[in-house]
Amino acid sequence: MMILGIDVGGTHTDAVLIENLEIKKKTKAITNEKNLIDSLLNVMTELLRGENIAKLKRVVLSTTISTNAIVQNKTERVSLILVSGPGISPSLIDTHGTTHFVSGYINHRGIEIAKIDPIEIEWIGEELTRDSIQDAGVVGKFSTRNPNHELKIRDILGSRLRHVSLGHRMSGHLNFPRRISTTFLNAAIWKLYNDFVTQVLDSLRHWGLSVPTYILKADGGTIDISHSVEIPVQTILSGPAASIMGILSLCETREDAIAMDIGGTTTDIALLADGIPLLEAFGVTINGHKTLIRGLQTKSIGIGGDSRVKFADNRITIGPEREGPAAAFGGSFPTPTDALIVSGITAIGDREKAASAIMEIARKMDVPVTKATEAIIDCTCREISSHVTRMIDEINNKPVYTIHEMLEGKKLCPRSLYIVGGPAQAFSSKLGSMLGCPVSIPEHAEVANAIGAALARTTAEITLLADTERRTLSIGEEGIQITIPPGFSRRDATLVGTKKLRELAIQKGAREEDLEIEIIEDQEFNMIREFHTTGKNIRLKLQVKPGLIAGYTTGKVL
Amino acid sequence: MTKKTRKTGLVFFPAFDWAISSTHPEREERLLYTQDQVFEEGLLDFDNIIEYKPGIATIEDINRVHICIPDVKSVVTESHLISAGGAITAAERVMRKEVDNAFALVRPPGHHAMLVVHGARGFCNVNIESIMIEYIRKHYGPKRIAVVDTDCHHGDGTQDIYWNDPNTLCISMHQDGRTLYPGSGFHEELGGPNAVGTTVNVPLPPRSSDEGFLYVLDNVILPILEEFKPDLVINSAGQDNHYTDPITNMRFTAQGYARLNEKLSPDIAVLEGGYSIENALPYVNVGIILAMAGLDYSHVREPDYNEAAVRQSAEISRYIEKEAAKIYDLWRNRESIRRNLIGNSRYVKRKKHIYYDTDGIREQQEETVRVCNDCGGLVVIDSFADTGNRILAVIIPGQSCPECRKEGELFYASTRKNQYSYVYFQDKDSDVFLADKES
Repeated sequence: MMILGIDVGGTHTDAVLIENLEIKKKTKAITNEKNLIDSLLNVMTELLRGENIAKLKRVVLSTTISTNAIVQNKTERVSLILVSGPGISPSLIDTHGTTHFVSGYINHRGIEIAKIDPIEIEWIGEELTRDSIQDAGVVGKFSTRNPNHELKIRDILGSRLRHVSLGHRMSGHLNFPRRISTTFLNAAIWKLYNDFVTQVLDSLRHWGLSVPTYILKADGGTIDISHSVEIPVQTILSGPAASIMGILSLCETREDAIAMDIGGTTTDIALLADGIPLLEAFGVTINGHKTLIRGLQTKSIGIGGDSRVKFADNRITIGPEREGPAAAFGGSFPTPTDALIVSGITAIGDREKAASAIMEIARKMDVPVTKATEAIIDCTCREISSHVTRMIDEINNKPVYTIHEMLEGKKLCPRSLYIVGGPAQAFSSKLGSMLGCPVSIPEHAEVANAIGAALARTTAEITLLADTERRTLSIGEEGIQITIPPGFSRRDATLVGTKKLRELAIQKGAREEDLEIEIIEDQEFNMIREFHTTGKNIRLKLQVKPGLIAGYTTGKVL
Repeated sequence: MTKKTRKTGLVFFPAFDWAISSTHPEREERLLYTQDQVFEEGLLDFDNIIEYKPGIATIEDINRVHICIPDVKSVVTESHLISAGGAITAAERVMRKEVDNAFALVRPPGHHAMLVVHGARGFCNVNIESIMIEYIRKHYGPKRIAVVDTDCHHGDGTQDIYWNDPNTLCISMHQDGRTLYPGSGFHEELGGPNAVGTTVNVPLPPRSSDEGFLYVLDNVILPILEEFKPDLVINSAGQDNHYTDPITNMRFTAQGYARLNEKLSPDIAVLEGGYSIENALPYVNVGIILAMAGLDYSHVREPDYNEAAVRQSAEISRYIEKEAAKIYDLWRNRESIRRNLIGNSRYVKRKKHIYYDTDGIREQQEETVRVCNDCGGLVVIDSFADTGNRILAVIIPGQSCPECRKEGELFYASTRKNQYSYVYFQDKDSDVFLADKES
């Protein structure tokens, strides 16, 4: 069985062909930003040349198409229709261009307090047509508790538009402003992404390939490419996710750990709890937009091998700016890479040029060059490790809402450090000693992203709320609303939730053997009115957690 | 509407796994819908609203305030330590100037817990604001502090703890004690002999609405604060004045709460009661958080809000105006009231019967205060409860004068301890707490 994994990153496109737990082929090329499909097909051609295509069983892509479109503002014009009801002032909501606030109001229990006005929506529809708007987003406050307003509005407007993104489908989390941003982004990239998927599928057909094909999401999980078109926004920021999944597949770890990717401009940091990468509490942030997209928690800091080194006010600073390559490669300013070359730790580039750049810092510091290189390397590692420590502190100080978690909650305490990226080897021992962890630098680290994509399993999440007083059960992100009997229990809820999650994951491309289902939130409240118990409010969140497909345990890929 | 935004700290601890009993209003579910509303409105994503994890208060933090019988561990659970710890966290962030103000949205509440604690009363075991205030004084030096209690029930616990402290102004406005638990908080309750006037009570008639509350704020509370000049203003932010509250009879609204908070501009707000958990708390809390952060709250409104239905009658307005004038006069005449009260006495005694409704305990208490012009005065408490415990507590006040200190130390040393189950010595300045058990 062969698996093809490709990561089309901002700078490089990596690809690997994995056969029987081994990396059979790998390649790395410069990404053609103007034509991502081209980059994709080129590496594919290279790796599949001379291979028996019939053995290929799985293709996984990670691409920056969605991320780039958002970051570079190459998106469609979108109109938003918001059912906000009372609460936060519209002036405090980031409304992203054309926005219509309409009447209607659903409260926190999903009860309709005020109806929407179909005539008002019709008027808006006419306006959209007049303005030639083709993509829209409809978002209601508490729509995850009751999606009916969003659905009704879509039914009225649907025929006028190419596509309507619905807020409740983005995530089961409560957060109206984030739901708005997420829906907006989804609508804005919907066309671009759908065109991309059509092209990819055409190319695969052209190759005569009809194997399961997946796209990597921000949470480090995959989704069947044909199912990814409804919610393209979940494919943003898949690059850092690919890198972490890569580390996960190359390193044997089941404990708390730090994963680090030291690049030229930035260092990306992620944390693993018992070997599982941590997810953002609410959702990832992209280009200043706070979203509800489930994503791996990564921190990107402006320190890398090519960061500019300065000495001012009696102290060394590293980055955050990068002004071209290291001096050793023709850049005009000293960098940590130059310090590593001068100190003899790495032997790349032009040592003379590196030395003269470092000399400039040494002169300002009024110390010999050896002292200056030492100070630069030390400062770089110290900065990186202080960010790691801060990130761990933040996670350990995250608010919790039960006495049990206050007193017994898990404290993250990393016991190993995994580093990939150009200067990984050079900084490893110093970073390890500063962070008090043994360090591993995995093999094939240069194509870790492609490996991560290749082996990531399909993930899914559902948010279930059962309200036995109202006798309703809802699964927010799936728009499911069903009636339940009064005696419905937490056990019943778990069974329903597990069944629905299983169906959903299979539908999104998961294989039966990869369905590692986990309950991540589990609460039950007695509902008390006037000293009597009137019902139960049961809240569950279940997920297929990020991980590797069956057969590929961590650290076993060689 | 443009306002100046402020950096607001939020300590949210709903204690989702703690209740007084299985059908008690002080239950797990209490802040569930508030959490839903706060999350859904996206309040935690504002750059100027910062959420903090609560700390856990220590035994010492509680012994600095209360006389717990027989000891702290016997009267509190972890939930109380976290609730008080949450208030302390809020205070810490304000005192270190990390934020401009802070709101401890925590439970269980505390404002009915008095100085001596034999058990729980009014859903409260220990007084979380007082624990926070004494923590502030211990770590940030002596401070003049005003507590404005806007819970619908009289803040009798906080009043009792600061009865003799001229440096802590306790203002409580609440539904008239003749119509609601705990049945106290009348305007003639003015404070102990060395602190006459620094206890202010504003009882309001049932069915008072936003207009009445804001009238009292403008005509009594703000003028008194202006004269008292506190270093810090604390709001005991109970939310049971709301028109939907099931156990009270007022007509306050989410808009009213937000407006009150904006005008009062407390440094720290601490949640107290409020049991309309679906129809009031979600909206009131969003209103208060927005007001504290200086953000537009004008769109916050209850689903069933009807302006005409919550308006107070003209008769109530007139009554409140008269009461307000009377209360403000008492404040202005506090010096002469004090002279009349003390006369030539060297000591002033007060006797109290305290009922712990939550735990069903009855207590008889006699408090003796040394009349003093230089400090809050030495306090000696002799208390007997139907649990069988008889205790004596000698309390040296904060910023004590040498006379009161000397007398207190001598009195404690010469007490015949075998008459009591426990004898306690609390010295706020040197942060000493001693407990002797009957041998």
